[in-house]
Amino acid sequence: MKKTIVSLVIIGTFIIYSIIHAHSGLAVVVPNTSVGSRSSSSSGTTPSSTETPGAPVTPNAIATPGSRYKDGSYTGSVDDAQWGFVQVKAVITNGKITNVQFLQYPNDRNRSIDINSYADPQLSSEAIQAQSANVDIVTGATDSSEAFIQSLSDALSQARA
Amino acid sequence: MKQLQLLMGMPITVEVVDPSVTEADIEKVFAYFRAVDDIFSTYKKHSEISKINRGELCAEEYSDEMKTILALSEQTKQETQGYFDIQHNGIADPSGIVKGWAIFQAATMLKKAGCTNFYIDAGGDIQVSGKKDGNPWRIGIRNPFNRKEIVKVLAVMDKGIATSGTAIRGQHIYDPHLLHTPLQDIVSLTIIGPNVYEADRFATASFAMGKRGINFIEQLPGFEGYMIDASARATFTSGFERYVL
Repeated sequence: MKKTIVSLVIIGTFIIYSIIHAHSGLAVVVPNTSVGSRSSSSSGTTPSSTETPGAPVTPNAIATPGSRYKDGSYTGSVDDAQWGFVQVKAVITNGKITNVQFLQYPNDRNRSIDINSYADPQLSSEAIQAQSANVDIVTGATDSSEAFIQSLSDALSQARA
Repeated sequence: MKQLQLLMGMPITVEVVDPSVTEADIEKVFAYFRAVDDIFSTYKKHSEISKINRGELCAEEYSDEMKTILALSEQTKQETQGYFDIQHNGIADPSGIVKGWAIFQAATMLKKAGCTNFYIDAGGDIQVSGKKDGNPWRIGIRNPFNRKEIVKVLAVMDKGIATSGTAIRGQHIYDPHLLHTPLQDIVSLTIIGPNVYEADRFATASFAMGKRGINFIEQLPGFEGYMIDASARATFTSGFERYVL
């Protein structure tokens, strides 16, 4: 449940970020952009997840006239989101972000285990071991053989009457 | 002064270490358990619960004790996501809550009689009050695989302890589909709670939850638990070790 919430928060944050970014005139995901302001100028204010430009995996990307992005698929850097690593792939079609895929996000295979162990019960485990100490009282499940003996003695007492 | 009687299908032990205690104080406790058994025993034909289950009584005719137990059962059902339920196949069997409640009431009777250092043990469910010879009461958790053994020793004062479990099932049982994997079933779950009524009802409900039961107890403020599974491994809550001697 927590993982789902964390994932949704990340996805939501990224989408909001992408929308804001798309309107801000900055093209940080795409390297060597020829449109708008230079991407490096934005590095001081952008979150780390998009700070490092990813390598475009589509060669010969074509710039759509009037758009801020070149078409293609771009894999972002792997970024530490403190509770796990995030890596996304953005797909640009006709100069617009048409898809964002999560290649990595925090799950139980990596550091999110830390946050889970904080949030989840702190149970411990051990092999049971016989103790030699004296006790005043013993707690245990009511033994079925005990109940059987009691039931039998009760039946016998009735049989006697 | 210590006395044992077989009542309600189980041994009931009362020990009071205060020198002021009288035999009459202790006899009152046993008389109370007999009265409770007369109302709630599903084995007794003429008990109130048997009459209710045969449809011979309407709700207005229920005794105050019955109304209390039915209300507490309903409350417990809601607090345990339905895992505690006295209704089975149309028959009400409140024994899962009556025992703890009766021990707690009996302990209250002893306190009113001026007793401060005592315990009442009914079939392994225990209310302890005060100390014994200046030390906390020492309670052993029975080994579910060998009833002559103790696997944990607890030191407690003014608490309730209850254990739910199956003493006859052991590590010799395997899932035929997973022959080399020991069963992860729970065989014993011991709960330490603010009193035996609370410990007993949550022991019953969380045992029914299987492996998740110990997580349920972990989330419950004021309760600690020690769960033993069929492979003889114990899982216990974060505050449990405070009570380990």
